[in-house]
Amino acid sequence: MATYQLQINEKSYSADVEGDTPLLWVLRDTLGLLGTKYGCGIGQCGACTVHLNGTAVRSCSLPVSAIGSKKVTTIEGLSEKGDHPVQQAWHEVDVAQCGYCQAGQIMTAAALLAKIPKPSPEQIDNAMNGNLCRCGTYHRIREAVQLASTKTPK
Amino acid sequence: MITIMETLSKTNRRDFLKLALTSGGGLMLSFSWSVAAATEGLDDAAFAASEVNFNSYLSISPDDVITLFSPNPELGQNIKTSFPMIVAEELDADWTKVKVVQAALDTKKYERQLTGGSGAIPHSWGRLRNAGATARQMLIEAAAKRWNVSASTLSTENGKVIDKSGNRSLTYGELANEAATIPLPAEIKLKDRKDFKIIGKAIKNVENPGLFVGKPMFGLDFYREGMLHAMIQRPVSFGTKIKSVESAAAKAMPGIVEIVQFKNNVAIVGKSTWQIMKARKVLKIEYETDTTIESTPDHDNFFKELLNSKEATVRRKDGDVDTAFKNAAKTIVREYQCPFLPHNPMEPMNFFAHVKADGVELVGPSQTPDMARNEVAKLLGMAPEKISLELTRLGGGFGRRLKADYVLEAAELSSIIKAPVKVTWSREDDMGGGSYRPAVRYRFEAALDARGNLIGYKLRGVGINAGNPTREDNFPSGAVDNLLIDSVEHKSAITTGAWRAPITNFLAYAEQAFLDEVAGEAKLDPVQFRLNLLEKAKKTPVGAIKYDIDRMKTVIETAAEKAGWGKKKDVMQGFSVYFSHRSYVAQVAEVEMKAGKPVLQKIYAVADCGIVINITGALHQVRGGITDGLGHAFYGNVTFKNGEAEQKNFNSYRLIRLKEIPEIEVHFIDNGIDPTGLGEPALPPTGGAVANALFRATGKRIYRQPFIKQDGLEGVNLGAKM
Repeated sequence: MATYQLQINEKSYSADVEGDTPLLWVLRDTLGLLGTKYGCGIGQCGACTVHLNGTAVRSCSLPVSAIGSKKVTTIEGLSEKGDHPVQQAWHEVDVAQCGYCQAGQIMTAAALLAKIPKPSPEQIDNAMNGNLCRCGTYHRIREAVQLASTKTPK
Repeated sequence: MITIMETLSKTNRRDFLKLALTSGGGLMLSFSWSVAAATEGLDDAAFAASEVNFNSYLSISPDDVITLFSPNPELGQNIKTSFPMIVAEELDADWTKVKVVQAALDTKKYERQLTGGSGAIPHSWGRLRNAGATARQMLIEAAAKRWNVSASTLSTENGKVIDKSGNRSLTYGELANEAATIPLPAEIKLKDRKDFKIIGKAIKNVENPGLFVGKPMFGLDFYREGMLHAMIQRPVSFGTKIKSVESAAAKAMPGIVEIVQFKNNVAIVGKSTWQIMKARKVLKIEYETDTTIESTPDHDNFFKELLNSKEATVRRKDGDVDTAFKNAAKTIVREYQCPFLPHNPMEPMNFFAHVKADGVELVGPSQTPDMARNEVAKLLGMAPEKISLELTRLGGGFGRRLKADYVLEAAELSSIIKAPVKVTWSREDDMGGGSYRPAVRYRFEAALDARGNLIGYKLRGVGINAGNPTREDNFPSGAVDNLLIDSVEHKSAITTGAWRAPITNFLAYAEQAFLDEVAGEAKLDPVQFRLNLLEKAKKTPVGAIKYDIDRMKTVIETAAEKAGWGKKKDVMQGFSVYFSHRSYVAQVAEVEMKAGKPVLQKIYAVADCGIVINITGALHQVRGGITDGLGHAFYGNVTFKNGEAEQKNFNSYRLIRLKEIPEIEVHFIDNGIDPTGLGEPALPPTGGAVANALFRATGKRIYRQPFIKQDGLEGVNLGAKM
């Protein structure tokens, strides 16, 4: 066990965990940030996607010891009022069915738009292809990313 | 105008409708109706007994907030939005002031809290409308009393009772307390469909605000101070049992509280999920054969034997098939096979249990909370009333959460360790631990006369723990003079269960692919061939017909028209139609050849589910069902080696991804018929439409799922157009 100081959603947290603990389980079991989901544990489904210094990463496969001073953003910290352009678009397009994968989808989409504000359909497909949705909401995910790219961040 | 007492008199003696004041003041209506399901669909046996009950619950507070309790489990079918829409419509509520709350399991208030079989909307439609209309009538009468006018002069709009002549209005909140003292109206008036303001509109999921900011609402999100975590090591091979357990090393790992063996399970109990996952790796368990251990090649052999078995159970017999086949000008025999499939809801299985001396608390995602509680009661020898079950949102179900095994395990573990505990399944536990869609093989046989008429039809279904893998009364039964449908089951240690659109999820593909071939042999257009059969069923029906011929005909004709059937150049089309879970869906798939490879471009779907409640939710169910059907037809595959699943996570089990989806164009038949189900019916026709289109593009028929294992299709990638 060791103590890790983490910068998450612009707040400081400290976690007493073993160094190999994946960020996912630190967020969920230790810090009570439950928006980031467990889906497969091997980086295949994307349900656990968070941002590390703005880049989308799979928190299930990222040991807490590898984070250092890098800034973590989770779905809870994507926007203050839940009004990030991607969140707005997700609501307007009414993307969710069961909704379990959507936090990960939103985080992937937000990271894409931060890098490429006006992505082509191919760029959207490539970015979103790593996130599984078992309910099959893919048509609306595609549509919502497109819509979000037309919105200005608040 | 319908009479509420008439409605009630059709139900049994336990029915009641009572009024109560809410604790904070306001009107609360409680409905508890128990109704024997007279018009059950054909597929319900897979998940529940035949008696079907429904309950709803609404309250209106003085500050105009209308709270609607949604009793049924929400797993993405959007019932938490569509149920309240129906009540709000008849109530004439202001939708923006409606609050929806998930009700916990409560058999005193609610008699059927179950999600499965696309059954909730058809069963609840009338009852929800009555719930809203009754409250509306009482609010009108309360206003009439206050203003001292006749109730018949008053109307309602957007949460208000309006007196047009007096140019005045009162909000429902202002009337709620008085309305609660009004006697139950003898008569209520339901709205005419043309006056609907909420039903049929696109109403956004009421959970969106929480879902998109990561609010905890799923079972895995349940945490409580002092709660322990656990994972359970179950036998990795079906047909084995524990021989010995060596747990000292695991027990010594950090954060591990206890290692407990019960039945064939070894539970690792600890303080955090990751610590448990690590300890689990050093746990040593030896297994020995318990019953029988099977591998996939064994299943292929069983199928061969069973297809020729003399011991089949006859499911339907019309006319004389032997004579028909003897006299046939042409006979066609084809076989189709599918593998086991895991459900793979995105939220891995889990449940929280706290067993105390005087009661049990259960929290988690279940499609059948009442059954789960009763089974826990039986297991612990405790009265069901002492067990509470709080429903969380379900991160998908697909049938997996119809079973109570994972609830029982959590309860049993909590009773042993005498502590509150949440049991979490890893993805591998779920995919390898099975309640699989059963593996099935079908043999279809058709006899054609010299003019191409279908004079004989045989279907044998053989399955592994599949029960009856046929749906003997589905089309084309009723349209063929001589018909025999039978089945044989192989009992296996591999556990199976209902999987979205049970049985029909594969049967529909096999049947629709076969009929396509038969149409070809009869030298008839596949659409015309189906229409001819329906015409025959209408004019000279054979035996019982349990589908609506006209509704099926309409979806066929509409799909053909919308897709421009047979009128497109360079586009290869495939047709399919299926009736399941009370609804009718026809599909046309379109494949184009690109660089010598077939590429699936588009699927047209025409659905008749009666009145559409929420168009945004309905589109979701159809597109999602098609995507699900397509992905599993192409890729879904679990194989076994010595009783152990060879695919246990998404690195070896392929699910369809975003790049692979075709365009899907959806149309609904607007016929005003009371709504039927939509959670499942769009899935079954997809495999057939796609396989038939692929045949026209490649000249190759597909007889096996997953399609990518079929000769000639190995290289076909749904995402090839990218």
